[in-house]
Amino acid sequence: MTLEDKLDAAGHRRSRLWIAFLVHRLSGLALACFLPLHFLMLGTALRGEAQLEALLRWTANPLVKFAEAGLVFLLSVHLFGGLRVLVVENLTWRAEQRPIAIAALIIAAVAAIAFIISSA
Amino acid sequence: MRPSERQAGLGDEALGPPPLAPLNVRLYLMQRVSAAVMAPLVAVHLGGMFYASARGLSAAEILGRTQGSIGWALFYGLFVLAAAVHAAIGMRSVLTEWTPLARRVRDLLACGLGLALAGLGLRAVAAVTLP
Repeated sequence: MTLEDKLDAAGHRRSRLWIAFLVHRLSGLALACFLPLHFLMLGTALRGEAQLEALLRWTANPLVKFAEAGLVFLLSVHLFGGLRVLVVENLTWRAEQRPIAIAALIIAAVAAIAFIISSA
Repeated sequence: MRPSERQAGLGDEALGPPPLAPLNVRLYLMQRVSAAVMAPLVAVHLGGMFYASARGLSAAEILGRTQGSIGWALFYGLFVLAAAVHAAIGMRSVLTEWTPLARRVRDLLACGLGLALAGLGLRAVAAVTLP
């Protein structure tokens, strides 16, 4: 198989809607990995307010704050990407779907940037 | 029912319970229903993240709002259960499509993730909402 054949075979992977599917799936996987840690962190409140306070002070670190903005992006992009899927499956079919997928990505990016600015 | 149908035994199933949809169809529906349930919950949670981060809320201030609140306990309890179902079914799909794992292993891993998320999540909800 030549390189051109390989590219043709993977042609759908250059589609923006396939990329939207991949972003939705990867953001879901990342959230599934993060959630147990998030729950364990919140569970420290069982050992008293001081334990939770220590963790909250740690999240004030700029690097952690940046990572939190990444989580806001992941959560937003998964939310709006998921709404796109629900719209596609349940509402009247639209021939052109790329604008919704791009809008989902832009809203998620704006949310992440707004989170960094608002918590700075 | 027409006499000819009765004679042929047709239409008998209409008298009993409707047949269950195949497992994949039921999981697909649960995935979409849990997504629809979570959409407004995620939006509110994101709003809460913005609020808490922008105001630099302390643990005492956060717990002061959530501890003893039945509303927040129900909100996050529902959120955790919907997320556990949604994540487990999503992980099952990922494992099916992207790994060569046997069905039984795949289903065990997905169920394990769902149960772990539900257990840890409800523990976290209890930690921040019980008075």
